[in-house]
Amino acid sequence: MYAAENGLKGDPRLEAISNTIRVIPHFPKPGIMFQDISTLFLNHKVFKDTVDIFIDRYKHMGCISLVAGVESRGFMFGPSIALAIGAKFVPLRKHGKLPGKVVCECYELEYGKDCLEMHVDAVQPGDKAVVIDDLIATGGTLSAAIKLLESMGAEVVECGCVIGLPEVKGEKRLNGRPVYILVEPSQLKQS
Amino acid sequence: MSALKADDPRIPAIQSRIRVVPNFPKPGIMFQDITTLLLDPKVFKDTIDLFVERYNSKNISVVAGIEARGFIFGPPIALAIGAKFVPLRKPNKLPGKVFRQEYELEYGSDCLEMHVGAVASGERALVVDDLIATGGTLCAAIDLLERAGAKVFECACVIEIPALKGRERLNGKPVFVLVDSQ
Repeated sequence: MYAAENGLKGDPRLEAISNTIRVIPHFPKPGIMFQDISTLFLNHKVFKDTVDIFIDRYKHMGCISLVAGVESRGFMFGPSIALAIGAKFVPLRKHGKLPGKVVCECYELEYGKDCLEMHVDAVQPGDKAVVIDDLIATGGTLSAAIKLLESMGAEVVECGCVIGLPEVKGEKRLNGRPVYILVEPSQLKQS
Repeated sequence: MSALKADDPRIPAIQSRIRVVPNFPKPGIMFQDITTLLLDPKVFKDTIDLFVERYNSKNISVVAGIEARGFIFGPPIALAIGAKFVPLRKPNKLPGKVFRQEYELEYGSDCLEMHVGAVASGERALVVDDLIATGGTLCAAIDLLERAGAKVFECACVIEIPALKGRERLNGKPVFVLVDSQ
């Protein structure tokens, strides 16, 4: 669901967030209109507002004990949310980056597949989790993230993303879990 | 001196939450794993607070974080001190125009990139990473920022491996750390 459909309709912070996201055509390959959030981080107020929207939501949900962030742009949002709501932060990483014992979940790419890993001792019984990433497209990565957390006994309450493709409008769920999105993809600005 | 205040009551807990994983990523390396620190909300908050207390009111307008663990510590510091956050990334991850800086590894070399236009001339910058080892990556980060016209005020890391003498590689740029490696 989009934030505008879920209590934040007309909130000026959402328009500001949209306006600070830069669109880069044909990256990483021809035909892709890349949503670059690095320009969002250059604006302190907008970055703070982005994080505050998630903090307000998850603080009031009650008992979120775990914030998982998907490498690596999820690392830029997740820890600040975790710190503010008193939850632990769990990085979900590409294969081979986490030391020690991990669990692994593979997912399909357009060509081939990739894998996401999590430490086996990151989850305690009863943990309620949210998963954070910058963008949801096909949902493959987030779906793998949900599976990782649930395989170790966490309850995934929601996935939170800054940007979501229009396919996820309405009540679309991922593995049965809701997805909360701040804005649709930005358009290329005509100069 | 590596610790901010040797008797700051928050430091021992930070030290104790760092897990050492032997022979990762290769034999002989005692990997300093900060993910266990992130699992303790109070200790993670104390870690960030120690940096924020040091850098608040120092007119720092840029916090640059080195991929990927610098992305965990850098943004909370940036948000708290009113600075922007600039990710410094491995090659070909950042879209659009970038500055690129090569640096030496034990065998071969690697690169760090930063967006053109991320920093303005004269801005005061902080570089954040989880750990300083040889100092090669931090050195590349300083070079990137200063080529773009920023002035690096200091580097900030949770952990230092003193035996690798990374400080000496930074051409006099100060580095502030919380704990030594175990």
